Amino acid sequence: MSDSENQQPRTTGASREADDVSGASTSGEAAGPASDLGLLEALRRGDEEAYLSLVSMHYAAMLRLALMYVGSRAVAEEVIQETWVGVLQGLDRFEGRSSLKTWIFRILLNRARTRAQRENRTIPFSALVTTTEPFEPTVEPDVFRSAEDQHPGSWITPPAAWDSLPEERLLSLETRQQIDQALTTLPAAQREVITLRDIDGWSANEVCDYLDISEANQRVLLHRARARVRRALAGYLAAG
Amino acid sequence: MIEHAMTCQELVELITSYLDDALPADARQRFERHLAVCPGCAIYLEQMRMTLRLLGTLSAETIPATTQQELLAAFRGLRHMGESR
Repeated sequence: MSDSENQQPRTTGASREADDVSGASTSGEAAGPASDLGLLEALRRGDEEAYLSLVSMHYAAMLRLALMYVGSRAVAEEVIQETWVGVLQGLDRFEGRSSLKTWIFRILLNRARTRAQRENRTIPFSALVTTTEPFEPTVEPDVFRSAEDQHPGSWITPPAAWDSLPEERLLSLETRQQIDQALTTLPAAQREVITLRDIDGWSANEVCDYLDISEANQRVLLHRARARVRRALAGYLAAG
Repeated sequence: MIEHAMTCQELVELITSYLDDALPADARQRFERHLAVCPGCAIYLEQMRMTLRLLGTLSAETIPATTQQELLAAFRGLRHMGESR
């Protein structure tokens, strides 16, 4: 658990972009890693290679997150462009109170929300406003033996191994489309968390800091999201 | 206290904690003990790992050349403004 976890109440992640710009961020302990400094230096120096590698690295996740708010890929692309312009304009004022990545994604979120409002679209309930939900199983209870059974809670129908499937099938475009499809059916908060953790490779702490949620909440959202995607994949792969 | 063995139904709900190394030591031991003797759970965990691997491949979605050009132009434009300030 990060040191910043239990600090004073915070403003929501989305509004903290402005805080950082004014130097009034409350996430003081969540300062970015030392590697941020090098990157920040490079960007301020006008290093195009460093900039382009950062832009490409986060492109897929940014696009997916923006698409949760706006109606088309074209608009999502515009949101991404506005984000980078905002990043570049704010670079000199960025104080490293949050990690560079977190700060960039907060700008993205603000731009996407603004755009959604302008388009009169419903703003999805992101993890920023979701409170802890009651436990619900992520695997259908009827694949397990019931409480009356001699071995309650053990598999009746264990999952079928995927290792006999050809690698080309698993890595095919069609399989990826199935995953994409499953992701779009997830509740917004789950979709945000799985996009950041599993597509963009953030750590649990980074996601907690960005979305201002507890470790436990982050884990529940991630677990449900992963389980839904796994289930969709299992259905697709079993249908052969 | 008699330690109750972890069931398959319990194990599947702890996989994310397990993979994040966020289980308390005793729960981790029970998890691993169960896994060692339960092919069904081993397969489920393997499927989860593959799901994560496949999700990771989505990050490779390449940025369209035009978008990249526009973003680079923005970078150059703003840098110039900065210099003339």
